[in-house]
Amino acid sequence: MISARLARHVALAGALLLAAPLAVLPAAPAVAQTTERGTVEKGVFFPETFTLANGMQVVVITNRRVPVVTHMVWYRVGAADEERGTSGIAHFLEHLMFKGTEKLAPGAFSRIVAKNGGRDNAFTSWDYTAYYQNVARDRLEMVMSMEADRMANLRLTDEVVLPERDVIQEERRQRTDNEPASRLSEQMNATLYVHHPYGIPIIGWPQEIAKLSRKDAETFYKAWYAPNNAILVVSGDITAEELKPLAEKYYGAVAPRAVPERQRVEEPPLSTARRVILRDAEVRQPAIHRAWIAPSYRRDPNGHAYALQVLAEVMSSGATGRLYRSLVVEQKIATSAWLGYSPTAWDATALSVGASPAAGVSMEKLEAALEGEIAKLLEDGVTAEEVATAKRRMLAEAAYARDSLTGPAQVLGAALATGQSVDDVESWPVRIDAVTADQVNAAARAVLNQPNHVTGLLLPPAGKES
Amino acid sequence: MSTRFFPSALFALVVLFTLPAQAVEVKRVVSPGGIEAWLIEDHKNPVIGLEWAFEGAGSTDPEGKEGLANLAASTLDEGAGPLDSQAFQGRLQDIATSLSFDAARDGFFGSLRTLKDNAADAFELARLAMAEPRFDQDAIDRVRGAILAGLRRDLSDPNYVARRAFYSAAFPDHPYGGEVRGTIASLPRIGADDLRAFAKNQLGRDRLVVAASGAITPEDLGKALDAIFGGLPAKGAGAPLPDTTPKGAGQTILVPRPMGQTIMLMGQQGVKRDDPDWYAASVMNYVLGGGGFGSRLMEEVREKRGLSYGVYSYLLPLDHAALVLASGSTVNAKAGEALAIMRQEWKRMAEQGVTEQELADAKTYLTGSFPLQFSSTSAIARILLQVKRDDLGIDYLDKRDAYINAVTRADVQRVAKRLLDPAALLTVLVGRPDGVTPTRTVEDGG
Repeated sequence: MISARLARHVALAGALLLAAPLAVLPAAPAVAQTTERGTVEKGVFFPETFTLANGMQVVVITNRRVPVVTHMVWYRVGAADEERGTSGIAHFLEHLMFKGTEKLAPGAFSRIVAKNGGRDNAFTSWDYTAYYQNVARDRLEMVMSMEADRMANLRLTDEVVLPERDVIQEERRQRTDNEPASRLSEQMNATLYVHHPYGIPIIGWPQEIAKLSRKDAETFYKAWYAPNNAILVVSGDITAEELKPLAEKYYGAVAPRAVPERQRVEEPPLSTARRVILRDAEVRQPAIHRAWIAPSYRRDPNGHAYALQVLAEVMSSGATGRLYRSLVVEQKIATSAWLGYSPTAWDATALSVGASPAAGVSMEKLEAALEGEIAKLLEDGVTAEEVATAKRRMLAEAAYARDSLTGPAQVLGAALATGQSVDDVESWPVRIDAVTADQVNAAARAVLNQPNHVTGLLLPPAGKES
Repeated sequence: MSTRFFPSALFALVVLFTLPAQAVEVKRVVSPGGIEAWLIEDHKNPVIGLEWAFEGAGSTDPEGKEGLANLAASTLDEGAGPLDSQAFQGRLQDIATSLSFDAARDGFFGSLRTLKDNAADAFELARLAMAEPRFDQDAIDRVRGAILAGLRRDLSDPNYVARRAFYSAAFPDHPYGGEVRGTIASLPRIGADDLRAFAKNQLGRDRLVVAASGAITPEDLGKALDAIFGGLPAKGAGAPLPDTTPKGAGQTILVPRPMGQTIMLMGQQGVKRDDPDWYAASVMNYVLGGGGFGSRLMEEVREKRGLSYGVYSYLLPLDHAALVLASGSTVNAKAGEALAIMRQEWKRMAEQGVTEQELADAKTYLTGSFPLQFSSTSAIARILLQVKRDDLGIDYLDKRDAYINAVTRADVQRVAKRLLDPAALLTVLVGRPDGVTPTRTVEDGG
């Protein structure tokens, strides 16, 4: 959910709640198709789609700027699908997928890609696991053959599994343990979700990572990795017509297997506000965050997901967003202030706000001011003009979405892996355009009036406040 | 490797593809007013990217006012002409345009991304920001506060702490050793007058390098160049930085931190971009630790022993100095072991160079992966700007593969021997490393 992913060797986005202050990019940024009458039409990436006989879904986004392609395989399984007690296994398996098949030696996958001028990597989230290669168009068939091979023929030995377990423990130290802000984020998540697995870190709890075994990885692989649980997304210098024979030849040859339904527990009704406080000598710049459970696209019974994106734009649109303007520009009590929300998740996600105090400003004062802005929003609402401006900017900014090789593949892959359809993604401009101020206000109230939020404070040791 | 399964034809493909000429035709555009830019024109998306640099501008902040250039970069877009900060930023958002400035070690950079239909308005805002910045006191104070908060936040990041310790030890008497954002002491001393003087004196057309890409014709770009930059002063003030070499050879500096891991950063004299051995050094670096998986450092430290999540080497060519560096992290108890392996690989490369297979693999990667960088309109403009700044020639994109393919094992051996000396490495360790005896311990303290 949100943008939290763990890369195999590239630091991607951080954690859920402390995501970048400006992370208000819509899940499906769009190219607004504006007619002469000024109405917004459907269409973002204009992908082509088809499904293989074994159930594997295929999406193609043509972009002929340079003769290269991004080739991605997304599995509809992530950390939130792990058996209790084996946290981190989805991510560990992601690492182990590079450790060879019957036909390919451990580590050879990435070396072959590099030798052919390509780059490869993988990432894991709560809801999906994805593998990708960026290669010249004429190497696409080669990476497809290798990716299809490891979909069914992974071969692991303890000899490669155990050192890799040390690697992911190092990864956890590097990503989470070394940095107070990351530790706070992890523990806010664990507090916001008391029952649902979104409260468990993607990389896993340290005591469970230390015990993950080859067998755990093999069990997870056999349960979830199958063509009928995968999505192939290719963007770049290729069309569906060109891709189809290759997809049939390589992925079509992999037999489908029964894959379990995702069994996700529901959060219990909670009525308490909670506070998570991290004091650490390494903290020199304090911060406050607050998070509420919020609908995702898939779990959105009252239709708030689009209105909440517009809300995020009104509240947190760069320097002119309400929070920045009020707390940083006008009241001068913060150095940053933001609201973040992304609905791309299988289950209910989070909406969060945050701020960092200006020098000499107490956390109590900052928290009161942040609450003041939320109270004002709930009382007075947003204006029709604010909503019109926000929508216009979102639709215009979205023109950049297609100006990227990997971006469109990432958006479509994440959407399909979290229960959205291609049509949903392509309809984003129309649905954003249809949002009214009343809808924004109703959505804001539905989320922000919930009492069971979690507040996180990142603080220096007691008595050492600046 | 694995050809026993896959159709061998697929793996035999080491054909050196280049970008098709029409995709990367670089046009030299000279405006009516005499301002030059390079352009890769491409109308497939309605997006325009413009990237520019003022070479050497702001590289030496006045004594006691360290951080001036960076504060200027961060406030140029905080209001200009009739528009105050909120109006200026709102205008940029309304036309879906991003405009930013960045002060780096070797120059002052500008970046603009806009849509074809909004280009005229976007160019006017870029002009206004450089020619008529307001530097309202309110905006200065606010931006300074944000920079100070960023500096404080970075002190929680052990990688940042390692970099600061490394660069201040490597370049103790040179601006390269300083923090480009300034210090908690220097930033409050910078006022609006300093910023006005900076904008007036430093952004001279004689230092200007411009590159563009996307949905703009050469004619329109020519007009835009005059409109954006034509009113700037003909000459920028200030002497270039002196050349320097890294100090601290053989030192191991420990910055104690209460963490479970040790961050390692080490380096020594590297090669500048115009060094005849640049391409040989690039191949060497790729094999040593620049290539991620498959590089020697990653293989030895991570793949074989599980000592680290990542360990890398890289070349850092600056205008007036050059470094070859390596970095990684490992659990404290294994720091001595990991460091010893890294130094051993340094030595092995210096003594033996690379194998024929490693050389061939490095070449296919370094040539083959280049087109992958052409990922967006702005990315293309940034590549072009770098080529122009480095004086590589307008036909560089066509020649690059040949330069790389000309590298021999002897070339790599020569440059490895010249550069890599494990005994002369400057090493910085942040954490509580076991098995290492530092030559010096510094408390970072913030």
